[in-house]
Amino acid sequence: MKNTLRNIFHSPKFVIGFVIFFGLLLFTFIYPWFVMADPLEMVGQGNFFKPGTYVSVKDTVDSKYYTLNIQAKSANLGDHIEDKDKADMRDWLVNYGGVSQEEMDAADDNTLVALWLEHYDSKAKQKGLLASKKKAFVRLDKEIQKLASDADMIIAQENEDGELEETASVDSQQYVNTRDISNKRTFVLGTDNFGRDVLTELVQATKVSLKIGLIAGTVATLIGLLLGLLSGYIGGVFDDVIIFITNLFTVIPSFVLLILITYSVGQNARGVTLIATVIGATSWTWTCRSVRSQVISLRNRDHVNLSKLSGHSMMRIVLTDILPYVASYVVMAFILQISSGILAEAQLSMLGLGPSTTTTATLGQMMNWATLYAAHLNGSWWAYFPVVFVITIIAFSLNLMNTGLDQVFNPQLRD
Amino acid sequence: MKGYKKYYGQKIAWYLITFIIAVVLNFALPRLMPGDPVSAIAGQAASGMTDAQAIKKVYEEYVERFGVNDPMIVQFGKWAKAAMHGDFGVSFSQYPRTVSDIIASSFGWTLALQLPAILLGWLLGNILGAVAAYMKGVFDKVILPVFLFISNMPGFGMAVIMLTVFGIQLGWAPTSGAYGFDLIPNMSWTFIRSVISHYQLPFWSIVLITIGGQAIGMRSMSIYELNADYVKYSRFLGIKDRKIVGYVFRNAMLPQVTGLAMSLGTMMGGALVSEIIFSYPGLGTTMMNAIKGNDYPLLSACTLVITIMVLLANLFVEIIYGIIDPRIKAAQQD
Repeated sequence: MKNTLRNIFHSPKFVIGFVIFFGLLLFTFIYPWFVMADPLEMVGQGNFFKPGTYVSVKDTVDSKYYTLNIQAKSANLGDHIEDKDKADMRDWLVNYGGVSQEEMDAADDNTLVALWLEHYDSKAKQKGLLASKKKAFVRLDKEIQKLASDADMIIAQENEDGELEETASVDSQQYVNTRDISNKRTFVLGTDNFGRDVLTELVQATKVSLKIGLIAGTVATLIGLLLGLLSGYIGGVFDDVIIFITNLFTVIPSFVLLILITYSVGQNARGVTLIATVIGATSWTWTCRSVRSQVISLRNRDHVNLSKLSGHSMMRIVLTDILPYVASYVVMAFILQISSGILAEAQLSMLGLGPSTTTTATLGQMMNWATLYAAHLNGSWWAYFPVVFVITIIAFSLNLMNTGLDQVFNPQLRD
Repeated sequence: MKGYKKYYGQKIAWYLITFIIAVVLNFALPRLMPGDPVSAIAGQAASGMTDAQAIKKVYEEYVERFGVNDPMIVQFGKWAKAAMHGDFGVSFSQYPRTVSDIIASSFGWTLALQLPAILLGWLLGNILGAVAAYMKGVFDKVILPVFLFISNMPGFGMAVIMLTVFGIQLGWAPTSGAYGFDLIPNMSWTFIRSVISHYQLPFWSIVLITIGGQAIGMRSMSIYELNADYVKYSRFLGIKDRKIVGYVFRNAMLPQVTGLAMSLGTMMGGALVSEIIFSYPGLGTTMMNAIKGNDYPLLSACTLVITIMVLLANLFVEIIYGIIDPRIKAAQQD
């Protein structure tokens, strides 16, 4: 046993997979110690806020200002204008603004803006330009004027008479230290369609999905192992019945069974544990088949016969003389069941048959909501990429562990 | 040939039994769901009515039409009888469309998408696995691991990534549907071109995730076979390397053929879900709509069609297997 474990932990593939998997698992436990917010709290009003740190605008107004010698907007004007608009600006300047092509080619973003401010005139003759395009240029010009403006921003408040009264003016070189602002929140991965913090939700969802995988894997392995051992060892009619059922459910796709069963239990009963159990209960056939065939080849070995002659009970023979031989396979199958369980949950949720609960999130549900709110079409990558990545990395680490074990137990596969 | 007849007879009989059990499961399970979907439709039809008698009448009419008052076994009898003529009843959620009509319009899309994609993925995977086992080097150390990583991605994950990168960022292919929304299906060139361009993203997303899983299986089988005694013996006999490799891969292929049949159900499941991402009008999207609309006649017909497809594919593979596996051939000729 000790020797086997040492062998296993000398397999680089297994170790990498192990580290990734347990690192992830550990992270899901440690993260809540630091971020205590409710993962399903709807922080934002509206869907899909970009990742970043959010500070309260009101608080910045009330905070102390520092004047820094940093060119405020005009320094990096180019970054705030879209590439398409820049190209349009260049075209306009060359065609109607009287700027030569060479000068234009040499201009970088800042000179481009400077040239634009200098040469653009909405009243200039713009031959061959559609009216809508002309208006678009006017709008663009306004935008650039606003960006380039260094004028003070005035904050006014309504006084008792209902008149606006200037309370402060903000100059473009005034800065606020974010440490002075009490109200701020960082969304490393933005928010989802309900305005929930994706990272916090993701960590909790990962935990729940891992739980689903573990429950599904355990259920599937236990059923498969038990039926496989018994049908292989006892044989006869019992074996016939088991092998019939096993064959049946290997041919009928488990995906279909899963859909049918989860649908039939109804939405109210569909909890996390139930879904996990159903996934486990529909995916044990492979373990059962392989265990059975291994047991059949084992049951007439000498040491088993010797045990029988010594009058050991069936229980003892199965547990001490047969189980150790199939254990390595069962562990490997268990590992794969975890990853397929997580995947099955995600697929079910995508179809709308996932766990129906409002208190927890699962990876599949996050994905489902992101799809329903068209996150993939409106460019909100933070709502689904991290989820896909987590599912992939879990499956990858488990597969890596499996391959590592395979190489340890099947020396032929070693490089 | 007589042996073959018995072999195939047994196989077909076994598949028939499986089929019957699958049909019963497909019929019974969705109908066990608590709740009353008929009342929802009747409620819609009766909305605005104030006369309790009239509402009751509307409800009863719908109950009668969907036949949900009878005991389950009677319903099954009626359903099975009608199903044999291709009539699966009326859809609840897309009433008054019939289930057969909906299935007929989505089945073709799924078949045309998944069958070629899975087959191509399987073929490419096997080639990659064999090459990785035989040539080693960059195939074994770089390309195979990359595809292995990709194959761990869920189908819909790959779909989303392809959609974002190639559909939205690069704009190479359209992002949703099976043909342009402004087109009516016909045999014109515009329509066919539109179908082909909409086909690309779903197709390649399925192919890409299929490759890795198949390749790793083929690689280990090939390594097993390359180290087998008969290979060494043939080398001693001085048989040409190319010929030996041919035998090796033929032997390594056999388990891969069964592997394909066995994993077909899982693969299809994944591919059906990726259809949803692309709003591809196949069975996956239909199934999602059926689930959302609490439409069990449609759902059970969808799952039934999927089951039948998998069963037929399995049966087909078993028949092919009987022909290409020399061991079965030998056993039957005794």
